[in-house]
Amino acid sequence: MDLLEYQGKELFARHGLPVPKGVYAATADAAVDASESLGYPVAVKAQVLIGGRGKAGGIKIAKDSAEAHEYAGEIIGMDIVGPHGEGPFRVDELWVEAGSEIEAEFYASVILDRSAKKMMVMLSRMGGMDVEAIAASDPDALVKEHVDPHHGLELTQAKDIVERAKIPAEVADQVASILVRLAEVAKAEDATLIEVNPLIVNSDGEVMLLDAKVTIDGNALFRHPELAEIADGADQDPQEKMAKERGLTYVSLDGNIGILGNGAGLCMSTLDVVAQAGGRPANFLDAGGGSKAEAIIDALEVITSNPEVTAILFNIFGGITRGDEVARGIIEATNKIGLELPLVVRLDGTHSEEGLALLAEAGLDNLHHESTMLGAAKKVVELAGN
Amino acid sequence: MSIIIDNDTKLVVSGLTGREGSFHGLRNRDYGTNLVAGVTPGKGGQDVEGTPIFNTIAESVSETGANTSMIFVPAKFAAAAIDEAIDSGVDTVIAITEGIPVMDMLPTYWKAREKGVRLIGPNCPGVLSPGKANVGIIPAQFFEEGRIGVVSKSGTLTYQIGSELKHAGEGNSTIVGIGGDPIIGSDFIDILMLFESDPETDLIVMVGEIGGNAEERAAEFIESKISKPVVGYIAGFTAPPGKQMGHAGAIISGTSGTAKAKQEALEAKGVRVGESPTEAARIAVEMLRSM
Repeated sequence: MDLLEYQGKELFARHGLPVPKGVYAATADAAVDASESLGYPVAVKAQVLIGGRGKAGGIKIAKDSAEAHEYAGEIIGMDIVGPHGEGPFRVDELWVEAGSEIEAEFYASVILDRSAKKMMVMLSRMGGMDVEAIAASDPDALVKEHVDPHHGLELTQAKDIVERAKIPAEVADQVASILVRLAEVAKAEDATLIEVNPLIVNSDGEVMLLDAKVTIDGNALFRHPELAEIADGADQDPQEKMAKERGLTYVSLDGNIGILGNGAGLCMSTLDVVAQAGGRPANFLDAGGGSKAEAIIDALEVITSNPEVTAILFNIFGGITRGDEVARGIIEATNKIGLELPLVVRLDGTHSEEGLALLAEAGLDNLHHESTMLGAAKKVVELAGN
Repeated sequence: MSIIIDNDTKLVVSGLTGREGSFHGLRNRDYGTNLVAGVTPGKGGQDVEGTPIFNTIAESVSETGANTSMIFVPAKFAAAAIDEAIDSGVDTVIAITEGIPVMDMLPTYWKAREKGVRLIGPNCPGVLSPGKANVGIIPAQFFEEGRIGVVSKSGTLTYQIGSELKHAGEGNSTIVGIGGDPIIGSDFIDILMLFESDPETDLIVMVGEIGGNAEERAAEFIESKISKPVVGYIAGFTAPPGKQMGHAGAIISGTSGTAKAKQEALEAKGVRVGESPTEAARIAVEMLRSM
């Protein structure tokens, strides 16, 4: 789960890390009130889960209340697309922040290095630009160091990183202690990524965290109730929200073929073969292991709540999941929601014969059975139209 | 032979008294796996359909000679249960539990490495050596005994490929589900190495998915260390960046971890990659028969 900038900064502040003063605002009027309380200049910042907000016009400096009102009005409602085509993300929220005089900009992060199986600290004296750009323009300027999985990041190790990154001596101790603290925050808050870009030195010689990109491990939310609340409210997409409430793993895509599979790998693979057959998947939905009829009904309700969907593919290879349970769910859901969309079903594995017999007996007009995954993909593409 | 589990496996299941643990533990026993013990703190002295329960894994090891542990403990407590297994004297730990926090797994991963204990998973379907032993939740009926080793991040995708191989008349030496989490005990390369030295494995099918770079590292490893033919399959070509696709580890971060990059890395090292599970199975059968 990714945190918005202001949520990340609130997290930093809770751990005693230095962040500029800021106020949350969701309307232009609230942004003006926030600005007045902070004093000018202020930075009016779009709160969306994507980098490159500045370039997209989502961050503006306001010198007075008229500008604060104007910029806030412009930014709220903007659609921001990420540097790798992510989104678009609609801006609903702003963070209004006291302006900082920037003397120097650094880059600092703590991330999970999946291949090394350790957390890794990165520091550079070249801040304010993309970390890939730093690495490309001057690889030596990006210092990387792994964190010991048993003992964490020691202050002596942090000081060494700071020295190798050629951080100016006047602020070296501040930066080293921030690095240690960031590694502690990552562990304490189950953050698999904390990126601070830029980490600045202001005109008073204080080091401050001017941005916050934080990813929290969704599997650890049980021990962070305040972060779990953020996760609950985070979905913009109506189907993703509905699916989460029902405990289903669902990702919205932009096509017209609704897809349900069991198991993450098989479900991803189903999307791929549908795309290879010339179709456009509308979603990823993993019904999970051991799906019972009720889960199937829930899943079909989520899929059909998307008005784009014109046909649905069920690709089930039952291991723990039983084919007869899936079939019962399909039949019940079809009757309950009056499903008329074409439904292609491929049912294999545990109790699949019983399941197919139940489906045949039910005699649903909109149902098409296919015995192979590729055959089912072709059929659903044919039925979905464009 | 086979890898990881075989006729000499003596299995102890942590969580055998739970609903899932007993269902799958007893299924494994019915398959012929030598299930020697279960572990649930505070329930020592009881039994689950004749299999004795102990309070600790270490106790079960000294009483029954268990050498393989399976973890079916809820995510909150699972890393501690894996730690306990690592210290107990077993040489293999297979962790089925899904949803263990990364921060819990990091020290546990290193503990296993430091103590020389083989950890499979977590968030995996387990290991099946057809005709010998089954530890985990893999439905054994879809697999035959044979010469093809399978290593996969995904459970159901493995069943799909196993069943296609079976329809084509081929079978498997061992099927290893390594799991879909960002931090797993054994990676593709660990399992590839075991298949390389297993005389009953002639060909290896490797099933990857988006996220991380384990497939890319495996490609390098295959080129330098694996003499047996490897057939690949990668899931997630249509996955959008930044979205977690079911598995905690299945996420494209920025531009890294894409299916295309993984396919290209494998193909660059001479590994044939199937476009679909069906094609991967077909290529594997064709290559096996031409050997």
